[in-house]
Amino acid sequence: MNWFRDFLLPPGASTHVGEMDGLFMFITWLTVFFFFFNGGLIFYAVRRWRRRSAKEVTPHITHDTRLELVWSLIPLAVVMLIFLWGFKGYVKAWVAPNDAMEILATGKKWVWEFEYPDGTRTLNDLHVPVNRPVKLVLTSEDVIHSFFIPEFRLKRDAIPGRYTELWFTATEPGIKQVYCTEYCGKGHSDMLARIFVDTPEQYETFLREGDEQVRKMPLKELGRLVWENKGCATCHSLDGTRGQGPSWKGIWNQTHRGADGGEHRVNADYIRQSILTPQAVVVQGFEPIMPTYQGLLREREILGLIEFIKELQ
Amino acid sequence: MSEGVLYAGAGHAGRHADYLEEPKGLWSWLTTVDHKRIGLMYMWSVLFFFLVGGIFALLIRLELLTPKQTIMDAETYNRVFTLHGAIMTFLVIIPAIPAALGNFALPLLLGAKDVAFPRLNLTSLYVYWIGAAMAVATLALGGVDTGWTFYTPYSTTTGGGVTLMVLAAFVLGFSSIFTGVNFIATIHKLRAPGMGWFEMPLFCWGMYATALIQILATPVLGITLLLIVMERVLGVGIFDPQLGGDPVLFQHFFWFYSHPAVYIMILPAMAVISEVIPTFSKKTIFGYKAIAFSSVAIALLGFLVWAHHMFVAGISLFAGAIFSFLTFFIAIPSAIKVFNWIATMWRGSISLEAPMLFAISFLLIFTIGGLTGLFLAALSTDVHLHDTYFVVSHFHYVMAGSNLIAFLAGIHYWWPKMYGRMYNTKLAAISSAIIFIGFNMTFLPQFVLGSRGMPRRYFNYLPQFQDLHVASTVGSWVLAAGLFLTAAYLLASFRQPKGAPANPWGGRTLEWETASPPTAHNFEGQPVLQHGPYDYRPEPAPVGVKELAH
Ligand code: HEC
Ligand code: HEM
Ligand SMILES: [Cu+2]
Ligand SMILES: [Cu+2]
Repeated sequence: MNWFRDFLLPPGASTHVGEMDGLFMFITWLTVFFFFFNGGLIFYAVRRWRRRSAKEVTPHITHDTRLELVWSLIPLAVVMLIFLWGFKGYVKAWVAPNDAMEILATGKKWVWEFEYPDGTRTLNDLHVPVNRPVKLVLTSEDVIHSFFIPEFRLKRDAIPGRYTELWFTATEPGIKQVYCTEYCGKGHSDMLARIFVDTPEQYETFLREGDEQVRKMPLKELGRLVWENKGCATCHSLDGTRGQGPSWKGIWNQTHRGADGGEHRVNADYIRQSILTPQAVVVQGFEPIMPTYQGLLREREILGLIEFIKELQ
Repeated sequence: MSEGVLYAGAGHAGRHADYLEEPKGLWSWLTTVDHKRIGLMYMWSVLFFFLVGGIFALLIRLELLTPKQTIMDAETYNRVFTLHGAIMTFLVIIPAIPAALGNFALPLLLGAKDVAFPRLNLTSLYVYWIGAAMAVATLALGGVDTGWTFYTPYSTTTGGGVTLMVLAAFVLGFSSIFTGVNFIATIHKLRAPGMGWFEMPLFCWGMYATALIQILATPVLGITLLLIVMERVLGVGIFDPQLGGDPVLFQHFFWFYSHPAVYIMILPAMAVISEVIPTFSKKTIFGYKAIAFSSVAIALLGFLVWAHHMFVAGISLFAGAIFSFLTFFIAIPSAIKVFNWIATMWRGSISLEAPMLFAISFLLIFTIGGLTGLFLAALSTDVHLHDTYFVVSHFHYVMAGSNLIAFLAGIHYWWPKMYGRMYNTKLAAISSAIIFIGFNMTFLPQFVLGSRGMPRRYFNYLPQFQDLHVASTVGSWVLAAGLFLTAAYLLASFRQPKGAPANPWGGRTLEWETASPPTAHNFEGQPVLQHGPYDYRPEPAPVGVKELAH
């Protein structure tokens, strides 16, 4: 009867599927059975004991304790079985393995934003490696949303001011649909996201070069995104105010004096060096606190930053 | 005296004008304290709002005919489904059976002249009208787009007439509480002499259990709704995290009322069915006490399961387990009742009049509605199904399917008593079939939509879901056709002469012992109970039946 399951449920693609589908089909058959059982009894009774004359006399049966116990205790046993079965699957979906990769998913009207362990961010497209446990930490910036992946049989609300979790191991590569299932206003039904379950190679590429969105984004925009997302913004302003580090406003082509006394023109090589080995030249008047971004930024992101700084007049 | 009922000081039946005729005039209706008139006014108000809510439903289904915009934009759609849900829950389903049929029938079934507090009864009707007017007035303020569940922080931050709608629900709560208080007092105090608790018709047990929930749970809703108003109007942070509140707290409060409220909707339906089935099976009810106690058990257990609406809303693993466990217990009394009704039909003398046809529809539909509750009570399956069309379908099976079809069964059952006129029984049989088919066409596909992943409250949807949506929309037209047919022959019955007999169905409860329609005082003198409510043994009653002094 696999066709029946395939008719009722979307294809399964996570390790939670087996548990849920088994129980789902069990209750489905139970429902079908009792519908026809009750319907059959009613149909039979109506056929067999249809009133033929107004004078008919019926037996005066007020109750039957044995029968009533049977039809109370059997359903009780069945529902307790269902309870335990459902609980088992829920517990499994609750406790993420320790080695799960953690991704932060933030809902806001009406997009999902994802942040990966290495600081990469994506919008509406979530990349995960196949066959590796992934834990999503969900939150919201405005109202309640809910993250629903039918093919994984998983769902959890994203609540403002709180963190909730959901974890899965995707079992086959491909693109999975994500819906928002907590009503959140005008764009609720357009608040769709996709999960790209990548093969290990695809996932490597994604980590190296970013997802398609990033790969296609103009350099300058990408630079701003990196400034925002990778922490540069906490130390470098764009409007000339001095932070923990020098503002980037108007620095392109200026000559800066290093703490060692040497003069350096701010050009592409200088910026690259500042990012990858910040301690090589420390700008005069600042502490050597900038961390190195060696290995944390993709080549294209560095190019983006250079373009971005170039334009900041 | 016929049918074993004694009237203390009887002997002049049929002399007085019936309650419909005397006194005359609109004013006499608006100021009446007669439970029967109040019941009828409730019934027509509820039916009017059922029409309004139904039109919204047809608009929703029409919009969903295509995956993108069909007849309205997303913002209108959100307002339409909110209004549909709010009207159907607060203005139709909650008052339908208790306030309309209960008001009409409960005192008659108890052998009483009226309810315990007739003026409070009229007040409850006016409060209902005021609440209804407030709900409709929200349209002038740009409508409401929160869904009938008013989840925070969406509801405390969105625009439109949310405050007014919330106040409307608050006011309607009082109408519900008044009815509940009244019924409890009536059942305690006004049973006919000789009617012990276990000689009451089961309808009264159902009303009693419902009334318990109405007075215990509704205040919680009232307080919760006021908290929303405080947050929206005064900026007090209770639910909105931006103000330091907790949005999930609202869900706890809301479902603490609204889960019991679903039993405000189903217990009265079960109450009607418990009357109809023995009458048309001409056989005593099977398991009277089991049915009576199941009603009370459902009412009490109903208070312990609210968080089953929140399995994915960040409640703890332990809480999830407890609430799932308790929810399953509610399924048992429901199952017991269904088996009892079938056992009542067993070896009966079954006559398939319209009320019985509706009752059979109820049995089939409630079986599906109840069993699909198991999918949602089980934790792992609910995680998949929550907030999808599966839930939509489940609660329509239990609310629209079971409650409204039981309401129709009750209307068809007591219509000759209400108006003294009979409707066209052939058309009634046909329409009960159309309604059954239309209902299943509309909602069966929604189970599949939901299990395949279609979320609820979606204006746009992915093309892969279209076929099932089309089937559901077509079903909604069939259902509407059946309901319009019902309306037509019921209204046409007013052109019939007032010829309905006192006891058209051969029932054994007290309302059939008085004229159709009854006089303003229901009975000529005080009826005294002589036999149980479902005693169909041939007379003279065998030994053991209560013999009562007059
Ligand atoms: C913890 C604070 C901090 C963070 C985060 C930080 N920097 Fe810096 N940055 C500094 C400080 C302090 C200096 C000046 C001292 C130096 O050159 O090391 C500096 C200097 C620079 C300079 C040279 C500026 C000039 O005027 O000569 C560049 C370019 C630069 N950072 C780029 C970046 C980029 C790109 C990022 C983000 C990927 C970043 N920084 C993140 C603190 C930070
Ligand atoms: C017989 C046993 C029943 C069980 C075990 C059951 C179980 C459930 C559960 C667990 C949910 C929550 C699903 C979710 O949101 O994910 C639910 C939803 C609901 N049920 Fe039932 N139910 C039963 C009968 C009824 C009855 C009799 C009614 C009303 C007449 C009813 C009305 C509703 C409503 C209105 C909702 C959804 C409300 C919403 O989210 O808008 N249920 N049911
Ligand atoms: Cu949403
Ligand atoms: Cu509930």
